[in-house]
Amino acid sequence: MSEAHGGYYLPNPSPWPIVGSVGLALFTGGFVNFLHGGTKLVMLAGVAVLIFMLFGWFGAVIKESESGAYDHHVEKSFRMGMGWFIFSEVMFFAAFFGALFYVRMWAVPWLGGAGNNLYTGELLWPAFESTWPTNGPGDVGGAFKAMGAWGLPAINTLILLSSGVTVTLAHWALKKQERQKLNLWLAATVALGFLFVGLQAYEYGHAWNDLNLTMGSGIYGSTFYMLTGFHGLHVTLGAIMLLVVLFRSMKGHFTPDRHFAFEAAAWYWHFVDVVWLGLFVFVYWLI
Amino acid sequence: MSTVATAHADEHHGAPKGITRWLFSTNHKDIGTMYLWFAFTMFLIGGAMAMVIRAELFAPGLQVVDPQFFNMMTTMHGLIMVFGAIMPAFVGLANWMIPMMIGAPDMALPRMNNWSFWILPVAGTMLVSTMFMEGGGPAFGWTFYAPLSTTFAPASTDFFIFSIHLLGFSSIMGAINVIVTILNMRAPGMNLMKMPMFVWTWLITAFLLIAVMPVLAGAVTMMLTDRHFGTSFFDAAGGGDPVMFQHIFWFFGHPEVYIMILPAFGIISHIIPTFSRKPLFGYSSMVYATASIAFLSFIVWAHHMFTVGMPVAGELYFMYATIMIAVPTGVKVFNWVATMWKGSLSFEIPMLWALAFVILFTIGGFSGLMLGVAPVDTQYHDTYFVVAHFHYVLVTGALFSIIAGVYFWLPKWTGHMYNLKLATFHFWWSVIWVNVLFFPQHFIGLAGMPRRIPDYATQFADWNMISSIGGFAFGLGQLLFLYIVVSTIRGGEKASTEVWDGSDGLEWTVPSPAPFHTFATAPEVR
Repeated sequence: MSEAHGGYYLPNPSPWPIVGSVGLALFTGGFVNFLHGGTKLVMLAGVAVLIFMLFGWFGAVIKESESGAYDHHVEKSFRMGMGWFIFSEVMFFAAFFGALFYVRMWAVPWLGGAGNNLYTGELLWPAFESTWPTNGPGDVGGAFKAMGAWGLPAINTLILLSSGVTVTLAHWALKKQERQKLNLWLAATVALGFLFVGLQAYEYGHAWNDLNLTMGSGIYGSTFYMLTGFHGLHVTLGAIMLLVVLFRSMKGHFTPDRHFAFEAAAWYWHFVDVVWLGLFVFVYWLI
Repeated sequence: MSTVATAHADEHHGAPKGITRWLFSTNHKDIGTMYLWFAFTMFLIGGAMAMVIRAELFAPGLQVVDPQFFNMMTTMHGLIMVFGAIMPAFVGLANWMIPMMIGAPDMALPRMNNWSFWILPVAGTMLVSTMFMEGGGPAFGWTFYAPLSTTFAPASTDFFIFSIHLLGFSSIMGAINVIVTILNMRAPGMNLMKMPMFVWTWLITAFLLIAVMPVLAGAVTMMLTDRHFGTSFFDAAGGGDPVMFQHIFWFFGHPEVYIMILPAFGIISHIIPTFSRKPLFGYSSMVYATASIAFLSFIVWAHHMFTVGMPVAGELYFMYATIMIAVPTGVKVFNWVATMWKGSLSFEIPMLWALAFVILFTIGGFSGLMLGVAPVDTQYHDTYFVVAHFHYVLVTGALFSIIAGVYFWLPKWTGHMYNLKLATFHFWWSVIWVNVLFFPQHFIGLAGMPRRIPDYATQFADWNMISSIGGFAFGLGQLLFLYIVVSTIRGGEKASTEVWDGSDGLEWTVPSPAPFHTFATAPEVR
């Protein structure tokens, strides 16, 4: 077993990180190979290894947690780690939001001749008028229609906001030791999460096929799919986290004062919620 | 299973045996050692590339390599030194020293610590391997500006992109570990304003890493989709903007500069007080100066792009903001000098390197001030003056501090004192030749020689030849460093617990060599 140092749990040597590195190597190398016309198999093998690593690593952590190895000191490390991880995710999205703001505020108007860029407009793209949404002076990807805010996106906003409420209700139930309610509200949150992802997929189909809005639709298509795509990926991950928490809750894990995994998943869930609000306002609404 | 917490509480295992000791390690000292060796390996690879560059530039005309290969060398040299040598070396020092300095039994999240390291060899191999692929490796400069890195880049660029992603994962996980360790694992009594400066500078560095590495990941992700999925982020025809790439890159890139120098400030702030036998002058101002530099680093990025065609108001803002950084940096240099004032100085090897750091880094800081002035930067931009500037801050700054740190802590790590004659020789050899190498680059830069060009006009020939001679000699000298370190690990005069006469801090209270596990029970800090 592992050694405890002054109460702080220090794990024994672990094979999982290096398994993860092998998985990342296969996945990234395989992905590049696939992009250049090679087989998908290496990439998929990488995904398989990464999933195996996640099961092994989290499995070990859950076992240690259930055996009572972690004190509050260790849990505080986990808590801080998760907080800073979410901060790094915020900065990842900030890069794409920054790109969106930059092109809308500066790059596109400048292409149209704004500021001291009269000659940029006149010499390079005399026919271009700065508008938003746009696929640029080159009409990249052909004519398209932007996604309206008040159809599915508005419904999706309601769904995500409600899921924020249900996950809080689940938290209250956990604190009051009402296991039945906890499981119910967690299941509702997971269901709302996957419903969101499903609707988003439907919306993508509609945009791609009916509106001719693709990733290739100039800068609007680029920012639209990059932001909503990575958000959708994060919602999917968050929903999977909550699903794992639900399974653990059904097995009787977590106590009113010890439930880091629940809190971490809930924080993550609120994070994707807030990102969505930014998306709804700046990608869908203000166009 | 509460037995876990109690039954083994007093057990002290030694290091595990065999290869799994390293592959599966959860020990901060072993992981720190791996980081340092990885960094040194990459330093030698990147250094070999620098030798190719200096060989080509030894004389005007094209004689050693073709221009494409030359561009690949400058690009890979920069990438490898920044991401493969300097950054991992500082993380290695952080791994070794932070837990010992704050009285913690290990890093807060030991398994993640292992993963942070073991991603690096994957990323490093991937990056280096691009050189052997069809079309060659990245040759667009370490800043990989679009569209050179998108439309006009070789096929291997996708491997480069993922290697940057992986390096980012590694850095972010490493930084989270450092922050959590510092905030959650300090010995009782060590409040924030009692923390050693190396710990403070790393806390702030880790914050910078978590804030900007994801932005870099975003930038390379946009490159990837521009290359393969039809997006137009950096393509004006689609309404995007290649200049936007530069903005995003330098929003990462400028804090990155401080990521590579703040830990250096920390190391120097330990060495100078030790050999002055005085506490650090102005400790709290040092902390605030570090924090101010970190804050300013987020709002000055476009001073790397003064010639790109920004609105004049933007140029003025970025110029003034940039020059402001001189204030907290000046505070630091003043404090180091004031620490030595009326101190009882002695000039052991780490002190020699630290003094060279203070003087030579300050020269790099001054040329940075010159570059920060927008109207004159129009003249200096993309010349060898820039190359001279950032090599003074990165080689005689960051690298010298790492070497100083290694000479400072090596006896603690290995239990042996190194060969002083050889180490003294190594110092003087390096400090002379590094100036022969980089100082003339100021002259040829001011005279107008552009960077990243394999051939040049004949009026630059003399100083280039001198610079190349300095480069070969400096490079050769670092093999001596390798020899000194290896022979110190193997044996040598026994080092005492304190190692140095004026040593101060928890790390000097554990035996030399530091046992596999330190501070199983937290020490009390007055």
